[in-house]
Amino acid sequence: MSDTASLTPRVPFPEAAREALRDTQLRRNLGKATTTIRAKRHAVVSELPDWAELRDAGARIKDRALHRLDEQLLRLEDAVTRAGGAVHWARDAAEANGIVTGIAQRHGVREVVKVKSITTEEIRLNESLERVGIEPVETDLAELIVQLAGDTPSHILVPAIHKNRAEIRELFRRKLGVRELTDDPAALAEAARRYLRERFLRAEMAVSGANFAVAATGTVCVVESEGNGRMCLTLPRLLVTVMGIEKIIPEWADFEVLLQLLPRSSTGERMNPYTSLWTGVTPGDGPQEFHLVLLDNGRTRVLEDAVGRQALRCIRCSACLNVCPVYERAGGHAYQSVYPGPIGAILTPQLVGIEHAPSLPFASSLCGACYEACPVKIDIPTVLVHLRGKAVRAGRSGLRGRFGGESLGMAALGRTFSSRARYERAQRVARQAQRPLVRDGWIERLPGALSGWTAARDLRAVPSQSFRDWWRKRA
Amino acid sequence: MSSAREEVLGRVRAALAAAPPRPVDDGMPAYRRSDGEPHEAHVALFIERAADYRAEVRRVPRGAEGEAIADALRRRGVRRLAVPSDLPADWLPAGVELLVDRDGGLSHAELDASDGVLTGCALAIAQTGTVVLDGGAAQGRRALTLLPDYHLCVVDAGQIVGLVPEAIERLAGPGAEERRPVTFVSGPSATSDIELNRVEGVHGPRTLQIVVVG
Repeated sequence: MSDTASLTPRVPFPEAAREALRDTQLRRNLGKATTTIRAKRHAVVSELPDWAELRDAGARIKDRALHRLDEQLLRLEDAVTRAGGAVHWARDAAEANGIVTGIAQRHGVREVVKVKSITTEEIRLNESLERVGIEPVETDLAELIVQLAGDTPSHILVPAIHKNRAEIRELFRRKLGVRELTDDPAALAEAARRYLRERFLRAEMAVSGANFAVAATGTVCVVESEGNGRMCLTLPRLLVTVMGIEKIIPEWADFEVLLQLLPRSSTGERMNPYTSLWTGVTPGDGPQEFHLVLLDNGRTRVLEDAVGRQALRCIRCSACLNVCPVYERAGGHAYQSVYPGPIGAILTPQLVGIEHAPSLPFASSLCGACYEACPVKIDIPTVLVHLRGKAVRAGRSGLRGRFGGESLGMAALGRTFSSRARYERAQRVARQAQRPLVRDGWIERLPGALSGWTAARDLRAVPSQSFRDWWRKRA
Repeated sequence: MSSAREEVLGRVRAALAAAPPRPVDDGMPAYRRSDGEPHEAHVALFIERAADYRAEVRRVPRGAEGEAIADALRRRGVRRLAVPSDLPADWLPAGVELLVDRDGGLSHAELDASDGVLTGCALAIAQTGTVVLDGGAAQGRRALTLLPDYHLCVVDAGQIVGLVPEAIERLAGPGAEERRPVTFVSGPSATSDIELNRVEGVHGPRTLQIVVVG
């Protein structure tokens, strides 16, 4: 299996989405979740008169880090090392997994507690650990549900949003061995608390991701709600953090912006319940051995593209998922990547190469809601259009692409649209030809080679009188 | 190992050289660094916002904190109370067994078995209802405020700032060189992972009570 399996779609998006749209439970859950979080986010964002300035500042901070990423990474390495931590570099997923499993094996650890981290899902660390006989324990409630079910997350923020309480109760009864259990969310949370508390208390090693890391001080930040993050970051003797190289921010003071933007955009809270900041190792407090793994895995490929590199500003808040009409209906699994939704549609194809995920930039209506919601002002629609161009050009290389149906059709359309006489002649022909297909002014299905156009959309019929005809008659 | 380092750095440099980014402005947009409200308004806002996140907050005049602490512990039925070794003497309640964490002496199991923990804080943020712990005076190490199911936190009114930027600036001030771990606590731990129903109290203390003094 390749390194990028967690990122690479197996089938085109429309095919996967069609499957997901049949799942009424999923659609109901998603509708409720996205509506609720949108309303909460709107309420707390409206409280801040300087939201626009904070977004500008957030974009600027991330750009400052990305535009001098080599220097910033070296500053971070230096600061973490001075604070008693060890820094490792990983070119790809396999290398990162090797580093983490190597540390675990050197210490003879059999079980690792994990705080939710999309980056470790991206590199599929759990499978690597299991392969050498080490048990990874996901400690975020939703991640635990997903792990116990042998499932994959469907939302960045609420990964088990596709599961209802009855399913979770059954799962906990079966896997946690709790016999007496109601489907009350508080009772389910209590069952998870008991199960995990035991594991936290005996854990020797934890693995985390990172929301931010400060180049100047070496301080790493994890933002969370349940306290499982604090447990992982505090109790074990040994802590390993895996972070994508784009998570870096230059200065300590940058927290004053990002810790306002992230919670409000993510959970719609003024501040999430727990935010942990730590710098290397502190004698007498928390893990006494700390490793930071800096992961590339395609990020430098994203950095090469002057238009697309803004995707690396992403702080994984998931606001763009919650406002996206496509995500709201199709759900996260349709994107077939650990990065779903609008941000996934621009990040995934860039991380793995457009030729491996060519349908994702088209998984959008370009309505622009994601750009409005993004706390670091990633212009997702512009990047989508840019990547669509790349996908088309990539598909066109080679004879079949160049002389295929779509290319020939677009060329013919270009010729028709560039001359008035040709355009009006085409309209007259279409008016006659469309007759058997039109129902109430719409064409739902075009025949033959043109059927691709109407597979996912309806076409307005050519009207009996065009504006030009009307204008000429009027004169 | 070093070859991975050189290669990643090389890729970064090549990517930036191939398509040089436009320079980013030096300054920062004019977001608020203070809300201009008087301190008394910040204290009132902190109490309101912390309560909004289901922390139980009570304000008492200076000198009455000992009584307020004893009262809160009595009502909670706390018998074994974990405390850092440097709490002010007048906070220490009578009639309660104190588990003093001297030089990290308490084991995780002992903390887990306690009925609660009493600490002070580094500062508090009005705008977000947040208590900030930095392992400084009267706070102890992180495990202390994590494993017990009940956290009683004393906040001096003078420790309350208005906005997040003021808190970040203070945390970077004198003493920051040590870079002790910092924890922002906004209400008790919570999850909304099951059908988006909020459940208070998962792994951290399920009950957070705050006594504001002064």
